[in-house]
Amino acid sequence: MNTTDRTIEALANREYKWGFVTDVAADTIPPGLDEDVIRLISAKKSEPDFMLEWRLRAYRHWSKLERSAGEPKWANVSYPPIDYQKIVYYSAPRREGSGLASLDDVDPKLIETFDKLGIPLAEQKRLAGVAVDAVFDSVSVATTFKEKLAELGIIFCSFSEAVRNHPELVQKYLGSVVPYTDNFYAALNSAVFSDGSFCYIPKGVRCPMELSTYFRINTAGSGQFERTLIVADEGSSVSYLEGCTAPRRDENQLHAAVVELIALEGAQIKYSTVQNWYAGDADGRGGIFNFVTKRGKCAGRRARISWTQVETGSAITWKYPSVILQADDTVGEFYSVALTANRQQADTGTKMIHVGKNTRSTIISKGISAGRGNNTYRGLVKILPRASHARNYTQCDSLLLGDRCGAHTFPYIEVANASSTAEHEASTSKISDEQLFYCKQRGLSGENAVSLIINGFCKEVFKNLPMEFAVEAQKLLGVSLEGSIG
Amino acid sequence: MLEIRSLSAGVAGKAILRNIDLDVRAGEVHAVMGPNGSGKSTLAQVLAGHPAYTVTGGEVRYRGEDLLAMSPERRARAGVFLAFQYPVEIPGVSNATFLKAAVNEVRAERGLEELDAMEFLEVLEQKLKLVEMDRSFLSRPVNEGFSGGEKKRNEILQMAVLEPTLAILDETDSGLDIDALRVVAHGVNRLRRPDKAMILITHYQRILQYLEPDHVHVLFDGRIVRSGSKDLALELERRGYDWIREDLAVAARPA
Repeated sequence: MNTTDRTIEALANREYKWGFVTDVAADTIPPGLDEDVIRLISAKKSEPDFMLEWRLRAYRHWSKLERSAGEPKWANVSYPPIDYQKIVYYSAPRREGSGLASLDDVDPKLIETFDKLGIPLAEQKRLAGVAVDAVFDSVSVATTFKEKLAELGIIFCSFSEAVRNHPELVQKYLGSVVPYTDNFYAALNSAVFSDGSFCYIPKGVRCPMELSTYFRINTAGSGQFERTLIVADEGSSVSYLEGCTAPRRDENQLHAAVVELIALEGAQIKYSTVQNWYAGDADGRGGIFNFVTKRGKCAGRRARISWTQVETGSAITWKYPSVILQADDTVGEFYSVALTANRQQADTGTKMIHVGKNTRSTIISKGISAGRGNNTYRGLVKILPRASHARNYTQCDSLLLGDRCGAHTFPYIEVANASSTAEHEASTSKISDEQLFYCKQRGLSGENAVSLIINGFCKEVFKNLPMEFAVEAQKLLGVSLEGSIG
Repeated sequence: MLEIRSLSAGVAGKAILRNIDLDVRAGEVHAVMGPNGSGKSTLAQVLAGHPAYTVTGGEVRYRGEDLLAMSPERRARAGVFLAFQYPVEIPGVSNATFLKAAVNEVRAERGLEELDAMEFLEVLEQKLKLVEMDRSFLSRPVNEGFSGGEKKRNEILQMAVLEPTLAILDETDSGLDIDALRVVAHGVNRLRRPDKAMILITHYQRILQYLEPDHVHVLFDGRIVRSGSKDLALELERRGYDWIREDLAVAARPA
């Protein structure tokens, strides 16, 4: 094996530091799915009737899909069939009393878990400038800075809380961007979703801190089905971050989330993800199946939605954060880095649906494949007849490390009017021996040289991440800090 | 500082260097000249440890250590620097980031603390002047979109920042116009020190007008066929490489 391969091997086999399990008493329902399970979940959360009815409609739709077409088959990924009756659909750390506890009532083991993950929840240790909703298996265990945000009229809470305290907002927007009929996993999520985050930014308010949700899967055999809904009212803006990890296990676990964003006139939503679910081992044993539907709607003029994702984890990633550019003069952006090492598979990309006039979208996708990883970009740019003078720019770059991995690009472009433009650029490259030698001749180790080169490759995406996340993302890719000077 | 003994090396099974002997002492500047294909660049690459080249015989000692046993990065950290004939592009990585990473690895090897961003910027400011470059240079990606002259100046900037003990300049003068040549040569001159040495690999004599070598060697068909003072370079300039070819032919003729 030459140095390049060894270096890449090391990168691919980097240890998963978040693979521990928290030993906590849990309220876990038996595996399996039927209408009674849905009713049970809804009852556990003391939900209003409209919520249960919606879940049941979603469930019936999903069952129909499951009996007929089944899971979507078009993605460039392969995995054994999933037995949906073997999954645990609700598991929550047990707590004394009822209702939403203050931080003092949260099991210290959970606080310790999030501490270990670098997400301190305790008042004195909180990350400055970042409000966190910490979700553990099926429930939110704590949300920080809630009161402070409330002073500005910002609602930031767990989804369950939103259903109870702000049913009118939930009812108005839930499913308005991703209806439960959207796809197989969205239907499943709509039926069984347990928690997630809800966020509402009132008119004209710029959210003064980053809002974030940290998702942690803990219980074996459970699935995580969270739901996030962000509504940015007219002229408001918010930056939202999402992080996720799971224990190291030999069995696959399903994570099927739905995220809906709604930006009204002049509003801006920036949504960043660093996805680091357990990816399985070098032989492809274990890891999370990350089947996620994320979509935003620019519902009012001049609204702007920007997705930035760094996907380093999961055995399989199936995810297309999209933007519906409904109103005129709206902007959609998608910046993505997807790393597949070992036997990881990713089929990820975006959809930009141009409905309004003068709508603009930008897609920058960077795929890195190492080991036996398989990385696919799949994107749709659709410009409808009414969307005159719409513009899209797409750039898809793939970097191959070693000769056993794969990179694929499936761009779909549908333009239905003559005044619009869609540009697509794509490239595939490898780290050359000359680049490595040049770096080493300047004293860099092979590992650092590869990191530096990968970091350079991802720069256009990293620069769109909030600072704290950029550092985290670079660490995940085993890369050193780029762009701190000069 | 550097002792090359009977060094033979090749690439892809083809022998290029044959029995090279060369001694370089601290404070000296050696010029290695020769026609195209004589093995000049191979010598530079072998000394720097390029994995494509295979050493087939001989040894190289650098400050008493077996240079050939060292990895390319260890050679670099021990103070061996190669100014590339064709500097490599690293897209998306700024010059400043690249240099900072390199400097800190070299410093770590020498047991020095890492420079923080501010300290490093100060060091860079001074070095930039040496090669007459402005600050905007630092934020551009390494060698990407650089003109030929900028690439060569960038090599000298890196050399100035890394402060090598032994610098090998591989045709740093090629492709430069007269002004760029003057800037580069001036920069290199300012880096001459009694405790440091340089090997200038060049096809032409013109850079030697600015950088007076202590010794000149002529490489021909993988061998050092002449060694002398700087006058040898002048003679080469005047007479071309053909007279050496003819001389060698005469010498090779059976008596």
